[in-house]
Amino acid sequence: MTAAYLGRRLLTIVYTLLVVSLLVFGMTQLLPADAAVTLLGASATPQSLAQVRAQLGLDQPAWLQYWHWLSGIAAGDFGRSMRTGQDVAAMMFPALGRSLLLALLALVLMLAVAIPLGIVAALHRGRAMDLVVAMVSYIGISVPEFVTATVVALLFADFLGWLPATGYVPVTESIGGWLAHMVLPTLTVSMILVAHVSRMVRSEMVDVLASDYVRAAHLKGLSPRRVVLHHALRNALLPTITIVALDVGYLLGGIIVVEEIFAIPGIGRALIVAVQNRDLPAIQAGVLIIAATYALANFLADLAYAWLDRRIQYA
Amino acid sequence: MPDTLKALVRSPQGVVGVAICLLALILVVLGPWLAPYDPNALSFTARYQPPDLDHWFGTDQMGRDLFSRVMVGAHATIVMSLLATAIAMLLGAVVGTLSAYLGGRVDEAIMRTMDAIMAIPSLLFALLIVSTLGKSDINAVAAIAIAFTPGMVRVARSVALAVRTQDYVSAAIVRGESTRFIVLREMLPNIVAPVIVEGTVRVAFAVMLFATLSFLGLGAQPPSSEWGLMVSEARSHLFTAPWMMIMPGFCIALVAIGFNLLGDGLRDALNPRSRV
Repeated sequence: MTAAYLGRRLLTIVYTLLVVSLLVFGMTQLLPADAAVTLLGASATPQSLAQVRAQLGLDQPAWLQYWHWLSGIAAGDFGRSMRTGQDVAAMMFPALGRSLLLALLALVLMLAVAIPLGIVAALHRGRAMDLVVAMVSYIGISVPEFVTATVVALLFADFLGWLPATGYVPVTESIGGWLAHMVLPTLTVSMILVAHVSRMVRSEMVDVLASDYVRAAHLKGLSPRRVVLHHALRNALLPTITIVALDVGYLLGGIIVVEEIFAIPGIGRALIVAVQNRDLPAIQAGVLIIAATYALANFLADLAYAWLDRRIQYA
Repeated sequence: MPDTLKALVRSPQGVVGVAICLLALILVVLGPWLAPYDPNALSFTARYQPPDLDHWFGTDQMGRDLFSRVMVGAHATIVMSLLATAIAMLLGAVVGTLSAYLGGRVDEAIMRTMDAIMAIPSLLFALLIVSTLGKSDINAVAAIAIAFTPGMVRVARSVALAVRTQDYVSAAIVRGESTRFIVLREMLPNIVAPVIVEGTVRVAFAVMLFATLSFLGLGAQPPSSEWGLMVSEARSHLFTAPWMMIMPGFCIALVAIGFNLLGDGLRDALNPRSRV
């Protein structure tokens, strides 16, 4: 991997974020809500409205507002929430941290389930086991998070009474309490990903198992276990990395719903609250932060791919 | 096309997919006539009835028959999802083909912009659009259509790149045809099949996304019996009447499974490599 490739890749990230920022800013500009009215209430006098508009810079042309907004973000200033008056960055980044912890748990659980599932399906290709895994993944891929979430809450929180249904305990306060509140959300978010990734692992594994070097390894007299786990799996997992990175986008979307249902104070919940209250600075910051996270995840996946597969020479 | 259909129903997955999707279509067209009860008729003597022979799916907190509500709600859920996907397919096919035809810097600019839009998760994008346009089912359709378009552009472009090198396209260029003619008349008809396959799988996502938006209160509005909305309304009665949530939730999943199976079946049927 060359410095030129890295530079170009970073440039695409910057371009991506610029387009996202334009989209987000443009769309929120179209919002019928007038920020000044939102702040002061419908009974405000025209004079005070005009004063607030001037204070917020709302009387300036749109491109100038965009520029102020963008340069503010570059300096780490995302503006103030229209709902609470709080600093948006101070609101969003701790929330992002909580969401990322949830995402990480979901990714780990997903990989721990999806990879063995995919291998088993590939080894039993065309037989009953393969069909069972295929059916499970079709079901997993087709049940929306809000349905899974309510079903697991019904089952584990109400019927069995093992886990708390909603709420959140900070990890710094009690690791056990935090984990107990994280089990159901993690389970829900990873469900769709397991289905997707296990199918990917299966199809890659089927291709690799049919290749010459795997046959050679078998002929050499290596144990089937060694051939599958050491020779085949490594190459079957490479394309999976890219898929997982693309799935991070889906994961971040799924987290929005799951946080809303399980009442976890993450960035997804913050965004829904912002959307419901038409809190422009919070909406803008939230979308931009999530898009940046996604772009970064894909960048890291590219790096990991190149690092694991030395044959790839990015020019 | 008959060959494709034959290949499609040869696999068990294809058969199940076709069956579920046909069932869904019948529900959409005939649902309101087949429903045994009025979906909005209140009955205070029959509240919270668990599923039985009179009420197959049970009744809700106002005594409304859930089976009837689900049958009538099929229209709201499935038609809206099909509409959103169709719009995305059309937009995606045109932009993708145009991008492939023009090539060079324009192609690069279009594709990088599409990548950038794809960096916003579709649910988030839909939230953003609905929050701008206001909450209603038509706005949710627009939101899903726009969120799905970049993915369609990608698929259409990758196929159109191969079509671009075909002799009939070169011939049209030499004949001096307009860009509009070449893209719409020469190239577009030849990329339809892969776009339809991608679209079919996308319908499954659209059903889930639309239901999710309604669930969050941003799509279909009460008293509609859209399935996502039904699940959302059932949430506060989850522990007293779980069937209120399970029945529409099951229907969403079933329709999504159907379109997933149909899409994968179509892909296999149209892909010469996988045909045995």
